[in-house]
Amino acid sequence: MASIDIQGVRKSYGTVPVLHNVDLSIQDGEFVVLVGPSGCGKSTLLRMVAGLEGITSGAIRIGERVVNELAPKDRDIAMVFQSYALYPHMTVRDNMNYSLRLRRTPAERMAHVVSAAASKLGLDTFLDRKPRTLSGGQRQRVAMGRSIVRQPQAFLFDEPLSNLDARLREQMRVEIKKLHRDLGTTSIYVTHDQVEAMTLADRIVAMNGGVVQQVGTPLDLYERPTNLFVAGFIGSPAINIINAVLRHDGEQRLIALESGERIPAPPRVGGHDGQAVKVGIRPEDVQISAQAEGDFAGHVELVEPMGLGTIVHLGTAHHALKAFVVERVNYPVGTNIAYRLPASKLHIFDAKTGQRLPE
Amino acid sequence: MTSSARSTSHWLLHYGLLAFYVAFALFPLYWLLKVSVTPNDLLYSEGIRLWPSRSSLAHYTFVLAHSDFPLFFKNSVIVSGSTAVLVTLIAALSGYAMSRFDFRGKMWLVGLMLITQMFPLVMLVAPIFKLFSPLGLTNSLTGLVIVYTAFNVPFATFLMQSFFDGIPKDLEEAAMIDGASRFRAFRQIILPLTLPGVAATLGFVFTAAWSELLFALMLVSKADASTFPVGLLGFVSKFSVDFGQMMAAGVLALIPACLFFLLIQRYLVQGLTAGAVKG
Amino acid sequence: MSTMPLYEEAAPRRPAPLRRLALGLEPYLYIAPSVILIATIMLVPLIVGLSYAFRDMQLINPFSGGFIGLEHFRALWTDAAFWLSMKNTLVWTFASVALQFAFGLVLALLLNSPFPGRGIVQALVFLPWAVPTFLSGLNWAWLFNPVVGPLPHWMAALGILPAPENILSDPSVAIWGPIIANVWWGIPFFAITLLAALQSIPQDIYEAASIDGAGAWRRFTDITLPFLAPTIAIAVLLRTVWIANFADLIIVMTNGGPADQTQIVSSYIFTQAFRRLDFGYASAIAMVLLVLLLAYSFVIILLRQSLLRR
Ligand SMILES: Nc1ncnc2c1ncn2[C@@H]1O[C@H](COP(=O)(O)OP(=O)(O)OP(=O)(O)O)[C@@H](O)[C@H]1O
Ligand SMILES: [Mg+2]
Repeated sequence: MASIDIQGVRKSYGTVPVLHNVDLSIQDGEFVVLVGPSGCGKSTLLRMVAGLEGITSGAIRIGERVVNELAPKDRDIAMVFQSYALYPHMTVRDNMNYSLRLRRTPAERMAHVVSAAASKLGLDTFLDRKPRTLSGGQRQRVAMGRSIVRQPQAFLFDEPLSNLDARLREQMRVEIKKLHRDLGTTSIYVTHDQVEAMTLADRIVAMNGGVVQQVGTPLDLYERPTNLFVAGFIGSPAINIINAVLRHDGEQRLIALESGERIPAPPRVGGHDGQAVKVGIRPEDVQISAQAEGDFAGHVELVEPMGLGTIVHLGTAHHALKAFVVERVNYPVGTNIAYRLPASKLHIFDAKTGQRLPE
Repeated sequence: MTSSARSTSHWLLHYGLLAFYVAFALFPLYWLLKVSVTPNDLLYSEGIRLWPSRSSLAHYTFVLAHSDFPLFFKNSVIVSGSTAVLVTLIAALSGYAMSRFDFRGKMWLVGLMLITQMFPLVMLVAPIFKLFSPLGLTNSLTGLVIVYTAFNVPFATFLMQSFFDGIPKDLEEAAMIDGASRFRAFRQIILPLTLPGVAATLGFVFTAAWSELLFALMLVSKADASTFPVGLLGFVSKFSVDFGQMMAAGVLALIPACLFFLLIQRYLVQGLTAGAVKG
Repeated sequence: MSTMPLYEEAAPRRPAPLRRLALGLEPYLYIAPSVILIATIMLVPLIVGLSYAFRDMQLINPFSGGFIGLEHFRALWTDAAFWLSMKNTLVWTFASVALQFAFGLVLALLLNSPFPGRGIVQALVFLPWAVPTFLSGLNWAWLFNPVVGPLPHWMAALGILPAPENILSDPSVAIWGPIIANVWWGIPFFAITLLAALQSIPQDIYEAASIDGAGAWRRFTDITLPFLAPTIAIAVLLRTVWIANFADLIIVMTNGGPADQTQIVSSYIFTQAFRRLDFGYASAIAMVLLVLLLAYSFVIILLRQSLLRR
C-alpha cells in the first residue's frame, strides 16, 4: 500500500488540453472518488496513474517513487475496467492468477491466494468456467478478484459498476466498501453515480473541464460546495438556484430575490452591496406548508412520490423551486403553498465567477 | 397477393439467384475436371459434350508418375507455406502497431504500403534479379519466399490491422497492469484472440503465393527450384500442349489451395466484420 | 518525509531518458520487419526500375545503359499502340470493377440473411478466388474455344453471337473474354468485403426504420448504402488500382491480340520488357501508369474523406 501524489499534472492530446494542472495528494489507505460530467478527464487522470497514458507535464508519485516513466507493469497497481476486460480465452482461475503467473509465484501459494479471493467474492464454483458463461455481476466479481489477488499498492476503478442493474450495483457497492475496510488498500474510484461517490469516498474529487473544482469529504462537498458547479453536481434531487442581489441595509444584510422579495442573508456572508449573486438551497432545506405558514406563496405544479419522501415542484412568481419532504404529501396540482428559505441553509455564489462568497 | 405467397416467391427468387451464382462459380471448375478425365482421342471430337463417353484417369497417372510435377508441387508447398507463415508473423506485428500506436511516420507507412499496390510488379523483375543474383538467391526457393513475403506484407498488414481493431484495447491494458510487458500482452492475450484473423491471413497469402507465376518464372530457370505454375506452363512447350495432362495437373494443384481457402473463408468475413466500418 | 524535496527537484525535470526512448521506439520495433522488407525488396527496386525510364536499357544490346533523358517519353507520346492500350485499360478496368462490384454486392446481400445451407453456398461461391489466376485464364480460354468449349455454342443459341465462334479472336469483342474471366475470379473479393461490412451494420437501425415506415427499398437506400459507402470507396479504390495492373489473364488468354485490341498498359509493359527486352521503354510506361494511378487514388481518398465527414 502506498500514498499517491499527483503534482501539477497536465495532459494534452496534440494541442488539445484535457487536464489542467491537477494537484492531488492521496494518503495511504484512503478511498478517493473522482466525479464529474462526461468528458471532464476522470478516466484520463486514472489512466495516467496506471501508466496507460503518457504525462504531458507534472509528476505522479506512488509511495516514494516517481512513476512518470514507469511502464504499467512496474507500478504495482491493479485496475478494474468498466468493461471488466476479462481475458475471454482463459478460465476464471487463469484470469485471476495471470498476474501471479507473470510474477512467477509458486503454484501452491497461487492456488491458496486465488481460492481465498474466490471464496471472499463467492466465485468458488465458477473457477473453471470461461468469462463468457458468466453473468454481468459474476464477471464484475472476477474483475475484482483479479485485482485483489495481487495485493497491489493501489486499486484503480473506472466506473466498475456502471454496467450492472440497480440492485446489483447497490450490493457490489457494499462489497467494495467492505473490501476496502478489510484490505485498506489505497483506492481511486471513478464514477458518475452520486450515491457511490457519497457512500464510498473518504474524500471526493469533483472535476469539470479538466480542472479539479473541489476536494473534500462527501459532507464537505454537500454542505459547503465551493462553487456553483459543485453545488449543482453533488446532490439529488439537484440544488435550487435563484438569481438575487446582495443588499446592505445598515447593519442588516439582505438578499433581494429576482422576484423582489427579500430574505435575510446567512450570517457572516461576505460580498458587497449590490453584488449580483446566485442563491442555492437544497430541496430538503426548503420548508413548505399548506397552512400558509411561510414567508412566500407558491402553488403546486407537480408532486413526485419517491417512497422515501416526496419531491414537490412549486411554481412561484419568478422561479421554479423543488422541495423535498419526508412526509407522504399528496397535494392536488394548483394547491397554494407557503414556503420559507431558512437563512442558515442558503449557499451564496457570485453570479459572475460562480464562486462561493467568502465568509 | 397473400403475404405467404409473397414470401414464397421471395424465397424462390433468393434461391434462384444463389443457384445462378453457384453455377457460374463452379461451371468452369467442372469443365477443368471434365477435360482432365477425357482421353486424348476424345478431347476434340467430344470437345463440347458435358461428359465424355469414356473417362479415364490416365492423365493423372502420367502427371504423378512420369513428370516433374510432384517435385514442383513439393516446391510450391514449401514456398507458399513458408511465405504464408512469414507474412502472417510480420504483418501481425505491423498490423498491431497500426492498430494500437499513434506514431510519427504512420501516414508515411500507409502511403508506402499503398504505393506498393500501384505499379505493375513486372517493373521490379530486372532490379530484383540484379539484387538477388550476386547473393545466390536466384534459382532458389529462399529467393522466391523473400520476394513473395515482401509483396504480400502490405495487404496482410491492412488485413491484420482490421482484425486487431476489433479487439478491445482494454484487454492488453489489463494485462499490462497485471504485470505483462506490451509484447507479452500481445502474444499471450491479443494473438490468441485473433486466431481467426491469423487463419484468414495465412490462407489468403498461401493462395496468393501458390498462384504466382511471373517471378517464379523469371527468378528460377532450373527445374529443381521451379514451382508448380511454372511446371504447368512447361506442359505447353515440352509436350506440345498436352491439354489433358495440363488440366489434370491444374486440378491437382487446385486441391490444396481450395482446401485452404474453404477452411478460412468463414474467418475472413468474421474478422473483417469487426474492422470494416472503421476503415 | 524529509526526502520529499529531493524528488521534487529530480523527478519532473530529469525523466529517465532511456526509458522514454524505449517507449517512443516501441511502435518502430513492431513495424521494422515490414518496413525493411518492403524497402529493400520493393521500394529500392522500384526506384532503380524507375531510373531505367531515363536510360537506354536493351537486354540484347550489351552497349546500352546510357542516360537518354526523356527520349522514351517522347517515343511514348507518338506510340499508337500505347494510346490504344490506355483506352483498353480504361475499358478493362471500368468494366471489370463495375461488374465485379455489382455482382459482388448482390451476392453479399443474398448471403447476408441466414438461410439453410448458407455456409456451404458461401464456401462454393467464394471458391473462384482460390483458383490461380493463370489457371483461370487457361481454363476460360478453353471455354471460349468453340472446338472444346461450350460457351460459343450457348451464346450462338441465345443469339448473342451470330455463329459459334471464338470471341477471343474477334478484335471488336475480344476484350470481353478476359473481362468475363476476371469478373468470375474477382466477385468473391467484393462479396467478402461487402458481406463483412453488411454484417457490422447494427440490426436495431433497420428495426427503427421499419417502425418509422421505411419499406425494403428505402431501408436499402437510406441505411444500407450510406453505411456501406466508406467500405465501397476503399474496396473500389484498391480493386481499381489492382485490376489496372493485373495483366495475367490477358497475357494467358489473348497475349494482347488480336491486333493489340486486348493490350492493356500493364500487359504492354510486360510485352516490351520480355518480348522486346526493352526494359527502359517498359519502365517509362510503368512510370506513367504509376503517376496516373496515384492521381486517381488521391482523388478517391479525398472523396472518401468528404463522404466520411458528412
Ligand atoms: N486518445 C485521445 N485523443 C484525443 N482526445 C482524447 C483521447 N482520449 C480522451 N480524449 C478526450 O479527453 C477528454 C477526457 O476524456 P476522459 O475519457 O478522461 O473523460 P471521462 O471524464 O472519463 O468521461 P466519461 O465519464 O464519459 O468516461 C475528452 O474530451 C476526450 O474527448
Ligand atoms: Mg471515463
